[in-house]
Amino acid sequence: MNIGAIFKGLATTFGFMLRRKATIDYPFVKRAHAPRFHGLHELRRYADGKERCIGCELCQIACPANAITVVGAENTPDDRKSPGERYAFRYEIDELRCIFCGMCEEACPTDAITLTPRFEMADYRRSAFIYDKTRLLVPAEAGVGQAADERPGGIPGDLGEVAREKSTVDPQKGYGATWRGGEILTSKGKTYMPTSAGGELLRGPRTRKGGE
Amino acid sequence: MIEAVPLWLLVVIKSLVLLIIVITLFAYTMLAERKVLGYMQLRVGPNKVGPWGLLQPAADAVKMILKEDLTPNTADPIIYKAAPFISVFAALVAYAVIPFSQGEHGPWSIANVNAGILFVFAITSMGVYGISLAGWASGSKYPLLGSVRATAQMISYELAMTLSVIGVVLQASTTSLSGIVDAQSRLWFIVPQFVGFLIYIITAVAETNRVPFDLVEAESELVAGFHTEYSGLRFGLFFIAEYINMITVSCLATLLFLGGWGGPGAAGHPWLGLLYFVIKVFAFLFFYIWLRGTLPRLRYDRLMAFGWKVLLPLATLNLLVTAIVVALWY
Repeated sequence: MNIGAIFKGLATTFGFMLRRKATIDYPFVKRAHAPRFHGLHELRRYADGKERCIGCELCQIACPANAITVVGAENTPDDRKSPGERYAFRYEIDELRCIFCGMCEEACPTDAITLTPRFEMADYRRSAFIYDKTRLLVPAEAGVGQAADERPGGIPGDLGEVAREKSTVDPQKGYGATWRGGEILTSKGKTYMPTSAGGELLRGPRTRKGGE
Repeated sequence: MIEAVPLWLLVVIKSLVLLIIVITLFAYTMLAERKVLGYMQLRVGPNKVGPWGLLQPAADAVKMILKEDLTPNTADPIIYKAAPFISVFAALVAYAVIPFSQGEHGPWSIANVNAGILFVFAITSMGVYGISLAGWASGSKYPLLGSVRATAQMISYELAMTLSVIGVVLQASTTSLSGIVDAQSRLWFIVPQFVGFLIYIITAVAETNRVPFDLVEAESELVAGFHTEYSGLRFGLFFIAEYINMITVSCLATLLFLGGWGGPGAAGHPWLGLLYFVIKVFAFLFFYIWLRGTLPRLRYDRLMAFGWKVLLPLATLNLLVTAIVVALWY
């Protein structure tokens, strides 16, 4: 039995106790992501507010996990949702099936579908992971969304300020996982996301109110 | 005022107060362990429940109480259910004689027994029953293996432990715990009994089945050892027993080798003495946690060889030398 080794070990652990901790105070402080992090999808718009998606269903075909369902429909002259002939009448992604490989992003001819760095999608119900068009589409007032290769410094605009220490994001100034500009309705401390069904509960009380 | 209260009532009140203190101490020892281990692993440990995670023990207790209390079909139900209580009982009863400070009317303890050290060893040895019966009555192989290991280990190391303590008893020429502390008023026994002290702390770790001698619970081999089948509050009781035993052996180490409540200015100031006592006990508890954060588990045959071939002869030799010195020069 090597007695010296025991004391060396004890000295090591004691030294580690005094060192700076690697832990990030996660829900309150967030770490910056890798430049091309594959997280939750979003459907982008053009600058005039029209949807980029033309309902071609190529993402659905490219998807190795069969997570995407697209049902296209014809644009009508008095209600043009996208510049093309067709638009996505239904666009659903089952985020539980999704493997976040980014093939949809590559397949998309109009750069409509992209993967954002949002990753906090936890919920108590499986049904909440089927993201429909109302939750995927960038709200008109929130801009057009950003293509993956346009992200400045690899971090999208709505990620907010990046804290210098530990390269983290302050969520007070930063982003929420499903936050889409001003779309969140906050009532009685609960956060709702408006859907076609009208106000589906997404998550419990949050400290942060949906800002601009 | 004290004379007006019947003795039995006084003992009951003292016991209740001490019980609450010890259980609270257990809860925060556990939290301290998680915190210190976290710090040693560059983590911060539990810090979300209450300020700095200080309410974590309460959350753990609620979780433990709400869990289902399972009894396996193959278990012997009566013994299976009784085993955790034996463990906790043995762990708690030791506190009946442990003095914490010295007041005007004698030591601060529930009972000032003149064979205190014998009582403590007799009672803590009973803790083996809790563990071995738990493993045997579970009717499952891993608990059985765990408890066989526990029994063998605790019996083996208890010999060396007792021998190391006898050195102290010889030198103090009393078996009363407060008497042993009084005998250290000039020099703590850690100096003349340094070998005994080393043997005591090693065997104390083994007695409480903690890392690096935690073969009883060896997760990687035995799932959870003797308490594999236990859940809910019964598991919690084993947990309580383990930590209380840890506190007991720390108290004993303080009393036997570190001068108990003795310290600068402690004579005549019982509260200061109590503070010294608590600081010393916490130092020992920290050492235990530190060991756990550092050392890997011993192999079983090496554990046994170390106990029988190193510690026992060393303790015997120490006892022999002490006896000769005490006989010739005291």
